[in-house]
Amino acid sequence: MKGPITIVMASLLIAAGIVLRPLIATEIPTAERRSGYTFMGAETRAMQDDDTANPGMLGVLDGEALWNSRAGSAGKSCADCHQDAKSSMKGVAARYPAYDKVQGRPVNLEQRINLCRARHQEAEPLPYEKHDLLALTAFVAEQSRGMPITPDTTAELQPFVAKGRDLFMHRQGQLNLACTNCHDDNWDKHLAGSAVTQAMPNGYPIYRLEWQSLGSLQRRLRNCITGQRAQNYDFGSVELVELELYLMSRARGMPIETPAVRP
Amino acid sequence: MPSVLINVPKKAKSGDVIEIKTLMSHIMETGYRHTTNGKVIPRDIITSFTCRFEGEEVFRADFFPATAANPFISFFTTASKSGKFDFEWIGDNGFSETGSANITVE
Repeated sequence: MKGPITIVMASLLIAAGIVLRPLIATEIPTAERRSGYTFMGAETRAMQDDDTANPGMLGVLDGEALWNSRAGSAGKSCADCHQDAKSSMKGVAARYPAYDKVQGRPVNLEQRINLCRARHQEAEPLPYEKHDLLALTAFVAEQSRGMPITPDTTAELQPFVAKGRDLFMHRQGQLNLACTNCHDDNWDKHLAGSAVTQAMPNGYPIYRLEWQSLGSLQRRLRNCITGQRAQNYDFGSVELVELELYLMSRARGMPIETPAVRP
Repeated sequence: MPSVLINVPKKAKSGDVIEIKTLMSHIMETGYRHTTNGKVIPRDIITSFTCRFEGEEVFRADFFPATAANPFISFFTTASKSGKFDFEWIGDNGFSETGSANITVE
């Protein structure tokens, strides 16, 4: 559909003596979608590939300990309900964020863990970006390592995916940039010394060398929004979850790499 | 107890050069950073790492504030006989952790 219309439009513009760069960003064709891994240097790739060199695995180990430890006034551990995470959590990270019927909104993996704590363990929520929540999330997500991203197709979720896409395409901030301007249109170029990349969400929580710690996808999104010099969203806000949803739909089929290492 | 990852080959032939890799979780706070209020964040680093094979020291390293968080150490040694490697990390604020791994030399 888009092809012929663009050609007609272009012909009209050329006929009128006007040549314009396309104003509407184009999404990356499926065959050209690449994990952030493929943009990294050999050393950083080797670090991710070796489980005894990948510092994200330290978080996974801590997460495993948390999975088996009791919390809250119910005195239950994650394992008391979910048993062995190897089977019960397999594939979960590949389809999150998911729709929570009670709240009527999408929740990401971190939020699901905290909902589980509130509803079943009667425990306080773990704070965002603190080590415990990141470690537990990394442990759960690591069970899906190598599995292709298969976004949840629940009908209630689709308006939120669409909103996430709008947000991705929406210019904002003092620099008047949309996510798409870099990550769809210029992903094969560099910004200063760094590869721009395609903004794929398949390795989170990641161990980012710049952070020297694990960090969530929302932390990364907030970094980029600061870079746009736009008003940021709070951790756990519905806007960030919508962006996560759209990014997951964009990365459909890409294998989960958690805990990925990124520069 | 902080998590640690140790990678020693399970088996080796006598005389083989083997690679040993360790990863210890530690924040490695430099002591040069300040809070938003200008207060110095006190130094908190690992200062020393030692590897012993059957009680004999085979590798030692000192650490300084420029080392990244979760220090990764890789070094080589020669496999002579079956035995146990003991690892020790010592640091600020009484930090002291140990680990061990066995190797079978044929």
